[in-house]
Amino acid sequence: MLRLPQFEVVAPESVADVVTALQRPGARVIAGGTDILPNLKHHLGTPQHPAELPPVLVSLSRVTALRGVALDEAAGVLRIGAGVTLSQLSEHPEVQRRFPSLSQSAGAVASPPIRNMGTIGGNVNLDTRCRYVNQTHFWREALGGGCLKSEGNVCHVVPGGRNCVAAMSSDNVPVLISLDATIVQAGPEGVRELPIEEFYKADGLAHTNAKPGEVTTELRVPLPKGPRRSHYIKWSVRKSIDFPLVSVALRFDLGEDEATVAAVKVVVGVLGSKPRTLSKLDDVVGKKFGDPAVARMVSDAAYAQCKPLENVPYEAAYRRDMIRVYTRRAIEALAASAE
Amino acid sequence: MSPAAIMLSMTVNGEPVQVAAPPHWTLLEVLRYRLDLIGSKQGCDKGDCGACTVQIDGVPQLACLTLAIHAEGRAVTTVEGLGLLAGGVHPLQDAFDRHTAAQCGFCTPGILLSAEALLRKRGREVSRAEVCEALAGNLCRCTGYTKIIDAVVDASRVMAGANTQEAGRGE
Ligand SMILES: Cc1cc2nc3c(=O)[nH]c(=O)nc-3n(C[C@H](O)[C@H](O)[C@H](O)COP(=O)(O)OP(=O)(O)OC[C@H]3O[C@@H](n4cnc5c(N)ncnc54)[C@H](O)[C@@H]3O)c2cc1C
Ligand code: SF4
Ligand code: FES
Ligand code: FES
Repeated sequence: MLRLPQFEVVAPESVADVVTALQRPGARVIAGGTDILPNLKHHLGTPQHPAELPPVLVSLSRVTALRGVALDEAAGVLRIGAGVTLSQLSEHPEVQRRFPSLSQSAGAVASPPIRNMGTIGGNVNLDTRCRYVNQTHFWREALGGGCLKSEGNVCHVVPGGRNCVAAMSSDNVPVLISLDATIVQAGPEGVRELPIEEFYKADGLAHTNAKPGEVTTELRVPLPKGPRRSHYIKWSVRKSIDFPLVSVALRFDLGEDEATVAAVKVVVGVLGSKPRTLSKLDDVVGKKFGDPAVARMVSDAAYAQCKPLENVPYEAAYRRDMIRVYTRRAIEALAASAE
Repeated sequence: MSPAAIMLSMTVNGEPVQVAAPPHWTLLEVLRYRLDLIGSKQGCDKGDCGACTVQIDGVPQLACLTLAIHAEGRAVTTVEGLGLLAGGVHPLQDAFDRHTAAQCGFCTPGILLSAEALLRKRGREVSRAEVCEALAGNLCRCTGYTKIIDAVVDASRVMAGANTQEAGRGE
């Protein structure tokens, strides 16, 4: 039995009232609750103040305005409300048709009952994870009193380190970055939209650029302008329930011949607190997608640029090898299925 | 000073229920410790095992990660109400009995509610792969799953048969 700490819950019906309620000191948002409640049961508090538990949770359960998925052809985007569940997102016909990698990543989260509860807004705001922190208070005490992200003042992953490198473990975030999505934040100073790629920071204690009192209202994904191949790779201990140990989002935009690579974006998760967008892939552009060199070049670049840490289960060196293996195989399979 | 208790109104297994609980209680705690519905099990209490699976408005969800407040105004079905859905013993319960699909039985309530949602959604005989996917959030440490899958597929066959019989009668 894991008891929750005491808190109050308020459930406003509009985004404006949520923003007002978030002005209360220590207030935090709860959507599906599938990340924040296990963390609170483990006595992990706010990301900024890990040992401080929130006195009030602001529930999004009554904010119906956040629950839609809408195709906005005029603006050239798919709008996804922050309150859309992962099941709804994964099974949505427009998402399946236009953004297969996003349908895959939403459908790869946790387990069916958790996908019926967890929202995309909660998923992009998911706290970073580490094998030394996502444990019971008792377990952390046994380790010598926690770490930077809980009750303590040391890091067990990088001994002597002064920063937390807990892993960004969301399945959808690497995919949303690969698709050039934007995130809409509503707060006391108004509404702003920023590229989701710029929303994350390499700091496991405060890994987003959310301003105090802000709530995510929407994700906007630009519609593809031409042929595209996309795919999400998740490797985890079991095929269900578990968080990813390796995650890679692939996107290849093709020319009108549906064969020549016109643009490529590859994003890798579960490294540190910020997903990594691979650089130096320019040589892939202009190649035929079915050319075996493409799979080799991208997977080699992923291996060279990604250095997993000992922050989640399995050895970092093995996970690094698996990034290369799964990336190569996935591109080969994509190319074979397109032929 | 602890936050004041809240008064919740919801429908549990078809009956309207009013119950007071502290705001930080989960639905699982309210079901087990206020309403005495101990069919839903408190296993890991953090989303890993599925033993607490109930249906909220017909959709399988984890009661251990649902704030009781989030069930306000909604219809909750627990294993105690499963027979009610079928007006007696549910074909799934009968199939679990015939296939010996429960050993210690700790996972069974959650599995039955995940399985019932699948059968209702499909409305036809289901495949083993569909059952595996639907039960992917429910762990069983005893059976090795084979008999559970057998039972769910069998129940879907029985129910599909019953539907055709009913359709036949209607003609
Ligand atoms: C057993 C288990 C396995 C899991 N496996 C995976 C997995 O494989 N992959 C994965 O990605 N996740 C996994 N999760 C985590 C979680 O289920 C999902 O990330 C889910 O999408 C979180 O959404 P939620 O609505 O439940 O978030 P909540 O728990 O409600 O919130 C999560 C965080 O986001 C904040 N938040 C929520 N909504 C908003 C908003 N609109 N604006 C601003 N902040 C907000 C909350 O304050 C909180 O800090 C797992 C969880 C469990 C319990
Ligand atoms: S990376 Fe270090 S500081 Fe951060 S959670 Fe893990 S052990 Fe703690
Ligand atoms: S008790 Fe809820 S998932 Fe284990
Ligand atoms: S029958 Fe014992 S856990 Fe499933």
